[in-house]
Amino acid sequence: METILLLAHTEPDGTLAKPALECLTAALALGGPLTIGLVGARVEAAASQIAGCGAARFLAVTGEAFAQPRYATDTAAAEALCRTAGSSIVVAPSTSRWARALPGVAYRLGGRVDTHATSLAAENGAPAVTRWFYRQRMEAVLSRRERPWVILLDSGCVAPWSGPAGTASVEPVAVAVPETRTTVTGVRAPKADEQTIRPDAKLLFVAGAGWTKKQSDGAVHAAEAETLILGFLRAAQASLGGSKSLVDLSGEGEAVLRFMTHLNQVGQTGSTPRHPKGLSTCCHGEEPHVVGWRFVNQRRAINLDANCGWARGKADVLYVADAFEVMRHVNRLLRA
Amino acid sequence: MSTPFQIAVCGSIVPDPLQTLEPVVGPSGPSLKNEMMLPAVLDPWAGHALFEAAHLARSTPGSKVWLVSLGPKAKLQQVMMTVAQKVPFELVALDGPASGFTDSFETAAALAAAIAAIPGLDRSRLLVFGGWESASRGAGSTLQMVGERLGIAEQFQGVDRVTVGEDGGLEILERIEGGRHQVSVCAAPPAVLGWATGDLPEPRNNPQIGMANMRAIMPALQRAKATPIPNTGLSFASVSLPKQQRETRIVKDMPAEEIAREIVAWMAEE
Repeated sequence: METILLLAHTEPDGTLAKPALECLTAALALGGPLTIGLVGARVEAAASQIAGCGAARFLAVTGEAFAQPRYATDTAAAEALCRTAGSSIVVAPSTSRWARALPGVAYRLGGRVDTHATSLAAENGAPAVTRWFYRQRMEAVLSRRERPWVILLDSGCVAPWSGPAGTASVEPVAVAVPETRTTVTGVRAPKADEQTIRPDAKLLFVAGAGWTKKQSDGAVHAAEAETLILGFLRAAQASLGGSKSLVDLSGEGEAVLRFMTHLNQVGQTGSTPRHPKGLSTCCHGEEPHVVGWRFVNQRRAINLDANCGWARGKADVLYVADAFEVMRHVNRLLRA
Repeated sequence: MSTPFQIAVCGSIVPDPLQTLEPVVGPSGPSLKNEMMLPAVLDPWAGHALFEAAHLARSTPGSKVWLVSLGPKAKLQQVMMTVAQKVPFELVALDGPASGFTDSFETAAALAAAIAAIPGLDRSRLLVFGGWESASRGAGSTLQMVGERLGIAEQFQGVDRVTVGEDGGLEILERIEGGRHQVSVCAAPPAVLGWATGDLPEPRNNPQIGMANMRAIMPALQRAKATPIPNTGLSFASVSLPKQQRETRIVKDMPAEEIAREIVAWMAEE
């Protein structure tokens, strides 16, 4: 039987975030003896949060050096936890912190790593991972012979574990803080009222290049486009995505939406966010863009072209209309 | 004055994003139907890494850029005809698969060995660049293992900007959750940087750069060693295209106000 280690890092408040709890659900479903490995400045709150999960052991690497995400310290902590646990399968949430560090840990352990897993299941007594290839264009189920096998699970694929809090007996694992030339100096975030990326939003609003093109009166209305889009994002608390063509304009000095950056880009060379609903505007819905919608459940689009990509089975509803006009009315209704 | 960098950019080729891709499963595992016939491009995020490397090298005199690429030699040659016109670099070619189904562990071994074998490489000035994920495997795990094999524990992923300080330190912006960046300072090379999009536009084609690059690229392609990636211990139970095709309701001639009402009602549905 496989033995399982769940690796989780704490958040700044010392607790575990949703992706770690989702991973716990997946790790428990594998059925083998489970060890929890925690990393953070302090882990008491995190251990208490999942004390009732049924894990056989709780291990932890703690200290201020392990508070911040940093490759050298994160790999040292994770490696020590993996060696102490000796588990054959290591499951971890695909956070930016673990995605940066755990492939290197897999190498140090002589194991293998698979990332962006969307499902983890026991098949014929062996774990099998489902993940997408070619930027969400094809899905494969794979397994590996080498151990330990480190698996990073994408967020939003399973329900987060919930259960009684309690008191867990946590075994400290000593790690010498490795020498590093890297100092984490902070986080740069947009001001709260300029926040356009909201991973937990119910709706993804995607703007295409059409917003910055000449409209029916022969003029470009980029300023009004900005007002309409930002007004909608604030009123609906939606997350903003952009097509590659629109985002690229920002780097080419053309009429642009000033708040749109490459971080907003959705699709083949952008992100693949998970939202229950998506509304596309002024975007043609061609395949390289729509692969970014793979995990958006309900899809609607507004486009002037009735033969655009969205009409060919990519959206549930296509409104053939002027997005400027529709969004003016939408914003008015949301303000009412 | 800044000390020059030696920048090895890991990057391969992927099918042109506009192509229709279909998986086929053969005795050696999955691949793409007509894979060798599909037009290819430089992997987009690796391309950004290459352009950022060239920009950094240009602003730090004495620096040098290598593109270390594992892919079928014939396809690499086709893609290099275009890429070579963008920025100056020297190619280190490995003749092997560029498939998304190849294992990152073995790919990393091949790339690290190729970097380590670059004649005269000063590893104390080495920056290993690449895309943070490929558009084929999309694992985001190869560069970390390249770094480990080269003994580099200063690593950054999802990089959008690097600024060289007056003391030679590198201020690095990495993407983290929620549209934010983590800011770190790496005091000095060596380091591994997996690039996201960066903030440079794609350089225009420059035939003079192309001609200068191609003089060294063709011999590099001829020297390319056969580099099989056997995918040891990795097995695929299935590879399939998503089946979901939606029954799209196309709404024409509906007044904008009515469409707006329908959208707002839909947004409110649980």
